[in-house]
Amino acid sequence: MNRSGGAGESRAMGAVTADESALVAALRAGDERAFMDLVEAYTPGMRRLALTFVRTPAVADDVVQEAWLGVLRGLDGFEGRSSLRTWIYRIVANIARTRAVKEARSAPFSSFGDEAAVDPERFVDRRWSEPPEPWRGVLDAEARALVDRAVAGLPDQQRLVIQLRDVEGFGADEVCNVLELSETNQRVLLHRARSKVRAALEDYFGDRP
Amino acid sequence: MRSALTCQELVELVTDYFEGALPRRDRKRFEAHIAACAHCSLYLEQLRQTIALTGTLREEDVQPDARRALLEQFGKWKQERA
Repeated sequence: MNRSGGAGESRAMGAVTADESALVAALRAGDERAFMDLVEAYTPGMRRLALTFVRTPAVADDVVQEAWLGVLRGLDGFEGRSSLRTWIYRIVANIARTRAVKEARSAPFSSFGDEAAVDPERFVDRRWSEPPEPWRGVLDAEARALVDRAVAGLPDQQRLVIQLRDVEGFGADEVCNVLELSETNQRVLLHRARSKVRAALEDYFGDRP
Repeated sequence: MRSALTCQELVELVTDYFEGALPRRDRKRFEAHIAACAHCSLYLEQLRQTIALTGTLREEDVQPDARRALLEQFGKWKQERA
């Protein structure tokens, strides 16, 4: 998988693979091992997704627990129109959204205001007057912590999209499906989010005075 | 014939470019600009670094408590079905 963002790399959401059909059959038959494998594979990502909605770890844990219950209860009705992962993440997103509303920090889709990727003052005549400078020592733990904070500080919808795309490595179409977004909105939100995280790194690591 | 892209326009098209969402003609304008502009080329590289860094924010452990609770849940579910 290409996580570096090359043109047109988005992973297909795809329907259920033969492997997944076998897995679903095993789960329906009550195969404990198959279930725990699935738990190991998906729980960390489900928890991170839940945390982008609800923010408190305890509530996120509840959401994940409830989502797994939803997965088990829904298993017989799972028709494989989307991949198992997409289906599971949609369950998480729905439960987490409901909880976030209860917590009164729901995330209505904010209108897309004019948010520039780069401060307009850094251009003269639409060309760089204060261009980016190379970053020093950016790939260390400090940078990671900085990115973590920058992502956490994003508006809700931007945070959700960058979390799924760039942290979890989901494809664009899968993110649209899980978060019920149009392709265009997904791209706009991703663009805003990435631009802001880059700007946060630049503030810290750029050579600019 | 459309004019060349400016730097300020380019920084707003980076995600569309990465996503393969630019029409062919705009992609060509984008690539022509990058080839000629070191600043924008660096900007693009920094976004790639940003994306790569964001991709390192994963922790993969399932808490033992959560694992136990889920196993219990599965057992119950199985009984209900039996």
